[in-house]
Amino acid sequence: MNRMSKFAIAGLIAAVLVPAAAHAHRQWILPSATVLSGNAPWVTFDAAASSELFYFDTAPMRLADVAPPQGMPAMPGASLRITTPDGMETVAENVLTGRLRSVFDLRLAQNGTYKIAATNQGVFATYKLDGQPKRWRGAAENLSKEIPANAQDVQVTETASRVETFVTLGKPTESVFKTAGAGLELVPVTHPNNLFAGEKATFKVLLDGKPAPDVEVEIVPGGNRYRFKLGDSVVRTAADGSFTAAFPDAGMYWVGMDIEDGKVKIAGAKRRASYAVTLEVLQ
Amino acid sequence: MRVFLPAALTGLLASPVLAADMNVKVEIPKLNVAEYHRPYVAVWVERPDQSVAANLSVWYDVKKNENAGTKWLKDLRQWWRHIGRELTVPVDGVTGATQAPGEHQLNYQSGKAPFGNLPAGDYKLVVEASREGGGREVVRVPFQWPPKGSQSLSAKGADELGAVALNLTP
Repeated sequence: MNRMSKFAIAGLIAAVLVPAAAHAHRQWILPSATVLSGNAPWVTFDAAASSELFYFDTAPMRLADVAPPQGMPAMPGASLRITTPDGMETVAENVLTGRLRSVFDLRLAQNGTYKIAATNQGVFATYKLDGQPKRWRGAAENLSKEIPANAQDVQVTETASRVETFVTLGKPTESVFKTAGAGLELVPVTHPNNLFAGEKATFKVLLDGKPAPDVEVEIVPGGNRYRFKLGDSVVRTAADGSFTAAFPDAGMYWVGMDIEDGKVKIAGAKRRASYAVTLEVLQ
Repeated sequence: MRVFLPAALTGLLASPVLAADMNVKVEIPKLNVAEYHRPYVAVWVERPDQSVAANLSVWYDVKKNENAGTKWLKDLRQWWRHIGRELTVPVDGVTGATQAPGEHQLNYQSGKAPFGNLPAGDYKLVVEASREGGGREVVRVPFQWPPKGSQSLSAKGADELGAVALNLTP
């Protein structure tokens, strides 16, 4: 234990706090409202990883350049990118990370649709040292420095996660549907702020900017704390990357997916890309 | 009096449908609640595919400074989805102040704003009400246009709307 660097300890705790690989926890950004009217209204967002949707029961979403509360270890956080209807970016206000959630506010100064995205790239590794299992998380350039040379069974995973939501003031617009071309992304065909109970909606999944066929997409309605069943459904993307989701009831929905492949920078590593979006269905 | 007659006659002959009338009676129920706010109400005409044929009346809090009452227009969710989000309010002859509980008469004439000229076909009159701290309700009354003779149609809301009556006169 005393041979572990400070970074390795932080990494170990971090891995426990945000288990990106564990399906029991889903990451999300929950907006206070998605369809808005009036003069530059405020929207507030909660961001967390949790086992129940959408409750703060596990860990806050860690955000880059945002200090955790006292007693929580620092760790690399997700970059928050807010794209405004005119295609530019803006910054969130009142950003705070607490024990169970992060919070930020956004004033909708323009009419149209905003995209709120938290992206995180990193490297995750498991290995054995003197027979003991170890975990490491950090930046790719620190990997060889921080994992001891005598480590065995080193498994390296490059992770690329993207967590999004959309909000609209006035008439929905589509300028923010432009994708970055890296990792898993979603292109709405049905506008994400025009979803109504009993209707179906179509979306397209891209991997590195290209249509991603045969990806398993999980759709989970929020509020599972107060029902017996998770109530999730699974659909697969078609050859063109598209999938259609049915929203039988109004409410908040979590839609997520992840893939593993060998498109990596580090030799011998694998890649894990994930995407999740919070959608509100009205009635 | 005689002077005006020819002009009136000419108008009638040119487009006999012009006189068609639509009278709508919307009842806002009196509710026994601790804190009552008058509901936002929207009245419009939709086609069978729910597209909008005419945006007739919208009552919202017009008295607030800087049009701040528009913040809750999105709570008229059906109206907001089909009409409101593409509209700049206020709209002359359409938007107005919220109304107290009771019966409210609205009159629309074909050929005139905001009713305009509806092509012959099946329609629904839609009335949506949304109340701050309360509920929301949508009531629809199907009708055919133009009316073949005088017609009295009606529907009834359960919570946020009372009777909605539609009287058509050719």
